Amino acid sequence: MTPRLELSGITKRFPGVTANEDVSFAVAPGEIHALLGENGAGKSTLVKIIYGVQRADEGSIAIDGRTVSIGSPNEARRLGIGMVFQHFSLFEAMTVLENIALGMDNPPSGRTLDARIREVLTEYDLSLDPQREVHTLSVGERQRIEIVRALIQKPKLLIMDEPTSVLTPQEVERLFKVLRQLRDEGCSILYISHKLAEIKALCDTATILRGGKVVGTCDPARESARSMAEMMIGGSLKDISTKAKGLIGKPRLAVDGLDAPGEPPFGTSLKSVSLSVRAGEILGIAGVAGNGQNELVSVLSGERLTGVSGSIHLDGAEISRLGVGARRKRGLSALPEERNGHSAIGAMTLAENAVLSARGPAGLTAAGGLLRLGRARIYAKTVIDAFSVRANGPEAAAASLSGGNLQKFLVGREILGEPKVFIVSQPTWGVDAGAAAFIRQAMIDLASRGAAILCLSQDLDELLELSDRIAVMNGGRLSEAMEVAGVSIERIGLLMGGVHGEDDPESEAMLGAGRAA
Amino acid sequence: MSLFALEPRREASRAASLAAPVVAVFCALVAGAILFTLLGHDGLSAVYEIFVAPLLNPYRWQDLLVKAAPLAIIATGLAIGFRANVWNIGAEGQYILGGLGGTFVALQTLDLQGGWILPAMILAGILGGMAYAAVPALLRTKLGVNEILSSLMLNYVAIQLLYYLMRGPWKDPMGFNFPQTAMFSFDQTLPMAFPGTLIHLGVPIAAAVALTAFGLMTRTIVGFQVRSVGASPKAARFAGFSVNATVWFALLLGGGLAGLAGILEASGPFGQMVPSFPTGYGYSAIIVAFLGRLNPLGILIASLVLALTYVGGENAQTAIGLPSAAAGAFQALILFFLLGFDILAGYRVKRGRARRAQDASGGAAAISPTPGSAIPTPSTTGTQRA
Repeated sequence: MTPRLELSGITKRFPGVTANEDVSFAVAPGEIHALLGENGAGKSTLVKIIYGVQRADEGSIAIDGRTVSIGSPNEARRLGIGMVFQHFSLFEAMTVLENIALGMDNPPSGRTLDARIREVLTEYDLSLDPQREVHTLSVGERQRIEIVRALIQKPKLLIMDEPTSVLTPQEVERLFKVLRQLRDEGCSILYISHKLAEIKALCDTATILRGGKVVGTCDPARESARSMAEMMIGGSLKDISTKAKGLIGKPRLAVDGLDAPGEPPFGTSLKSVSLSVRAGEILGIAGVAGNGQNELVSVLSGERLTGVSGSIHLDGAEISRLGVGARRKRGLSALPEERNGHSAIGAMTLAENAVLSARGPAGLTAAGGLLRLGRARIYAKTVIDAFSVRANGPEAAAASLSGGNLQKFLVGREILGEPKVFIVSQPTWGVDAGAAAFIRQAMIDLASRGAAILCLSQDLDELLELSDRIAVMNGGRLSEAMEVAGVSIERIGLLMGGVHGEDDPESEAMLGAGRAA
Repeated sequence: MSLFALEPRREASRAASLAAPVVAVFCALVAGAILFTLLGHDGLSAVYEIFVAPLLNPYRWQDLLVKAAPLAIIATGLAIGFRANVWNIGAEGQYILGGLGGTFVALQTLDLQGGWILPAMILAGILGGMAYAAVPALLRTKLGVNEILSSLMLNYVAIQLLYYLMRGPWKDPMGFNFPQTAMFSFDQTLPMAFPGTLIHLGVPIAAAVALTAFGLMTRTIVGFQVRSVGASPKAARFAGFSVNATVWFALLLGGGLAGLAGILEASGPFGQMVPSFPTGYGYSAIIVAFLGRLNPLGILIASLVLALTYVGGENAQTAIGLPSAAAGAFQALILFFLLGFDILAGYRVKRGRARRAQDASGGAAAISPTPGSAIPTPSTTGTQRA
């Protein structure tokens, strides 16, 4: 059978780095083909070449046996290639219909397009109102816009880049149903992910990239998640040692009735958030992005003080009126989700980035407001060594590090200051498997030393692995925390999807069912 | 799609950033020569008289230092603000208010004697500049008013205030109705740093200000705070720095230094307050700050280059009858080419072809008329690339 997509000898070099080297593989018609690899393995570059965003230096691409040259995304779409990007490009103030029209080369009239969108929605059993404005939609619904955008072109090959990272478990199931239906209709799907369980559940074949080269092809159903992970990182995976049980002490961080306005323009306000994290404990907060997580982190860190009401206690002392510096001095460290321009400054060196938040704990300033640059360099070097950060020393610009390495540096910068309370959002976002394991281990070790850790993440697997207890954030509200041992994924999923039970008797019944299950 | 498009470069080119001022000055000379030739002057001798002749005459070197001093002092203050993304364009007004503040003290102490008078005038000058800069600082931090507009407009208010005081309350009663104050007394006049020269105390003060500022920016937490706020206000908040406090600091420092330059000029070369006191130093200092790469040490060099246009401009007026606007034309050409080369150092020009949406929006944001990106500085372009 002629493959739908055949790559032969694709090579792409950037100044100083070869992103893809002699990459060859084929995707059959009606096949869901996983492209697997760590960050920086060359997945994105490869996909961009297929979608015409970038051109390969060497090698050829064949669609249905015909060698083609794809010079732009327009040409890719004409060849029947559709793509759903990881980061949506949507205008929040416009309607679904307008956004879809903007993505088309020759959009038909509004009424025709509306009808075509509804056709696609019915065909794949997707619910979405074409006339809604995007800012009123959940992340899952936004992704559906991108999917409809691709499907409306009737693609022969659909590329999906990390599509499930922002979805609830139920939304993931719904997405998989659509993808399986597409496969059964003969559409090929190139599925990029690092979530091995999903790949096992969904994909027919997997091609594994490492350092820009193909290192293996396998049938995910016959491999274990571990064996695929090891192919991906090219070594054996270290097991995370769990921390000793029974070390949990008295509450270190106690939050009660916290209210705060959302970040403009479309942020979610916090509504009466209460939680408590004890010494030696990791409390996980699950939830789909944009449900108030960023607001919670900035309120707890002290970056936002205006409009905040409620109490925050650190080791029994009220800190809700203190600023960032005063809270850090008392041993509270918060690492927000965004690295570039929030927890790190790309144009500054690692030593300077150490000064950003560790100048108190590590004593990087002297009397009279002088910087101790020598000490800052030593501290940065210590972090680099202790967290095996790949960097050209303390004088390297933060922007020169890969996402995973920078994250290791930032987590290390906070943890080496031995915080009493460590609040971290998306600790392993965009981080490769090896680095992620390292970061999780460091967090577990910190908790073992008696710190209280609040970990916000969209990666449910990560939270289940790390946390002692887990709570779910939705619409700015935080659910009761549940012991992770014996928690029902079903119930977490419902909570993530906004079924609270408070104002809705039907959902209460569903929750009851989840609890029973 | 436009014919040309700007694409951010992968690597920030430090070499290009340092070469840009040199290339810009050279291009300004070439373009200026062509311009004045087209205007019917001898373009080459215009360039010679402005940029070369003053350097050949050792007596003119003193002039250069005297003109460079206020430029360096003002530019140092502005550069620290620019580093924090605080765009104070009101140095001219703050310079005038500095001069007026010091003059006020001088007019109260005309009949007094003592070594304390000049320091009191200088202090009043600094306070005058700071008070004037406090207006845009207050408007920006309380009401979110863009400091570019508020500080710029206050320059015109300052000039009118100066004219009013010269023609009214502060006019010298013994001055034959000339619109100017009485001459300052000996104790109110800035002494010479080197007896027998024109080089007054303002020159070593300028050097000291720049060196102190260099230490402040590179070695202290305050300088670090300023750079953090300029690079990313969000990261600065993460670090526990107050963005509003930084805006206040940047404007008060810029205003204070402009005020210092003002009173040093009034008590030095002018020796009284006159309506012709504002000579555009506050604007030229913006060029000095960028030509010096917002680095206080670079600013010392750049202030000499700009001083050359002032000294040479006067020289060319008498030597070959060039209009007095010639110096300003050369200054503008230098800034024009500098901004152009800075863009080219940070971005590649591509023949316009359809680009990805993300690139298009990124590129558009990078060259949109927001303060942070309109004038690419080493720090701001660095953030955009990051």
